[in-house]
Amino acid sequence: MHKEKTKQKSFGVFALFGLLPLLAFVIVVMIPFISGLLLSLTNWNGVLDSIKFTGLHNYAVAIHDSDFWASMKLTVIYVAFVTILTNVLAFFLASLVTSGFKGQNLCRMGYFTPNLIGGVILGFIWQFIFTRVFVFAGQALGISLLAENWLTQPQTALWTLIIVSVWQNAGYMMLIYVAGLMGIDQSLIEASQIDGASNWQRLLKLKLPLMVPAFTITLFLTLRRAFMVYDVNLSLTKGGPYNSTQLIAMHVYNDAFVNQNLGPGQAKAFILFAIVAVIAMLQVYILKSKEVESL
Amino acid sequence: MSERKRMTRIASFLKIFLALFFLVMMLFPFALILINAFKSRMEIIQNPLSLPCSLSLDNFVTAWKTMDYQAVLGNTIYITGLSQIVLILFSAMLAYMLVRWNWKINKLIFFMLICAMIIPFQSLMIPFVSIFGKLGMMNSRTAMVFFYLGFGMPMTTFMYHGFIKGISKEMEEAAMIDGCSNFSCFWRVVFPNLKPISVTILIINILWIWNDFLLPSLVLIQEKTRTIPLSTFYFFGEYTAELGLAMAALIMSVLPVIVIYLFLQKYIIAGVMDGAIK
Repeated sequence: MHKEKTKQKSFGVFALFGLLPLLAFVIVVMIPFISGLLLSLTNWNGVLDSIKFTGLHNYAVAIHDSDFWASMKLTVIYVAFVTILTNVLAFFLASLVTSGFKGQNLCRMGYFTPNLIGGVILGFIWQFIFTRVFVFAGQALGISLLAENWLTQPQTALWTLIIVSVWQNAGYMMLIYVAGLMGIDQSLIEASQIDGASNWQRLLKLKLPLMVPAFTITLFLTLRRAFMVYDVNLSLTKGGPYNSTQLIAMHVYNDAFVNQNLGPGQAKAFILFAIVAVIAMLQVYILKSKEVESL
Repeated sequence: MSERKRMTRIASFLKIFLALFFLVMMLFPFALILINAFKSRMEIIQNPLSLPCSLSLDNFVTAWKTMDYQAVLGNTIYITGLSQIVLILFSAMLAYMLVRWNWKINKLIFFMLICAMIIPFQSLMIPFVSIFGKLGMMNSRTAMVFFYLGFGMPMTTFMYHGFIKGISKEMEEAAMIDGCSNFSCFWRVVFPNLKPISVTILIINILWIWNDFLLPSLVLIQEKTRTIPLSTFYFFGEYTAELGLAMAALIMSVLPVIVIYLFLQKYIIAGVMDGAIK
């Protein structure tokens, strides 16, 4: 540890190494966070001059807003499917590209490609695929399921979002699983082969328990990304048709900036933050307790 | 034995078949956008799966001009590039201070940075817009760099912190005995050793800032300040009917990243893998 002889010298070091980034942090993150907290407890609406403290009124408004809960319900369905499907697919792809065949690195590279591109652009790409390509192919081949535009029907529109999100995130999570799979001690695999374990047994009894740290990360990331998704939602469906795909981040955005309900909007943003934080921490806590010491 | 050999051959055939199947699933949307970017609106409506009759660049030229692509690309490079420089320099210095000086306040700072990492932007954006709107920081590309420093530094500092903890102090101490100041000791001795983690951080942060949408959509309102995701968003909204143009715009917005990926894919894949585990 370095030590300075005087208080002044210590302060000099602090000013030199830490002052500017911490200033940016305070101005950009801390001040908005604290004003957000205060904002959610007052009747401020952006123009009002006499700001009054209203306690938890905004939170009460948020909790009694049926649109908020409708959107939350959609989001939970979306998150559940995206989390499960993304991770199943990603784990499968990771096993595939670590199994050792020519061109597996090329496949890794290809599977990761969607992650290089922003959600807005990915949403537009798929909008074209769903409205033009699938409909065209469905009509040409006589597949009635494809012949109708999935984006225009409330029953299928949410599924388009799920499909695109799984497609987008699977490559990223795959890389984390690849790192996990490559980290498994090869001698353990060999020992299990000598003991005559089947591929299934090896997967369930050996690989999965050793991969728990990787699952902790991937589940945390997928949950967080899925709960907060906005870009793809905006460019693919815009929340439509008839609000059937308005996920919670978009609901908060629209409530605050379109309907100008700043106080309740901020309260909703914090409720969402609290829900995500609790779920994420619970998940990390549960999985951490299941981690095994690798030998 | 031959029975077994046949089984492994079937298995490896199946493996390659599946790998190719998923490769097609992951990449066909890009291929379809590419072939349709060369077609006219009518051609696309008649058959979005057909190959273009001619490789005419008309769509690209028109989209380039209407989007003012050159300016948009410049804005994106400016914001992403400057943000990387300040994030790397200042976060590395802060992390060094947090690791190497044993002050009580350092523990508090570190704890607050970790807490900040889980706050989503959505719970800050409402006060953010009103505060910085009043301060007149909207439409400023340089203010964007400052915002990215604030939002990106908790994670970046955290990653540097973990890395610096693992490197030995002997070199620094030797340098200091030779009369090197703290500051020059950091830049000459410590910073060059941080190269592996710096590359990882750079890759993760470039992908984030280059593609970010929500923050710039709230700050960069004027057309001439827009970044690629923003201007694609407005362009696509306006020209949805002009399918060929819209496809060309999508290709142009995807192209810079894809070209860089083709050259640096090894580093990018390794960087993302390292970054996610830490």
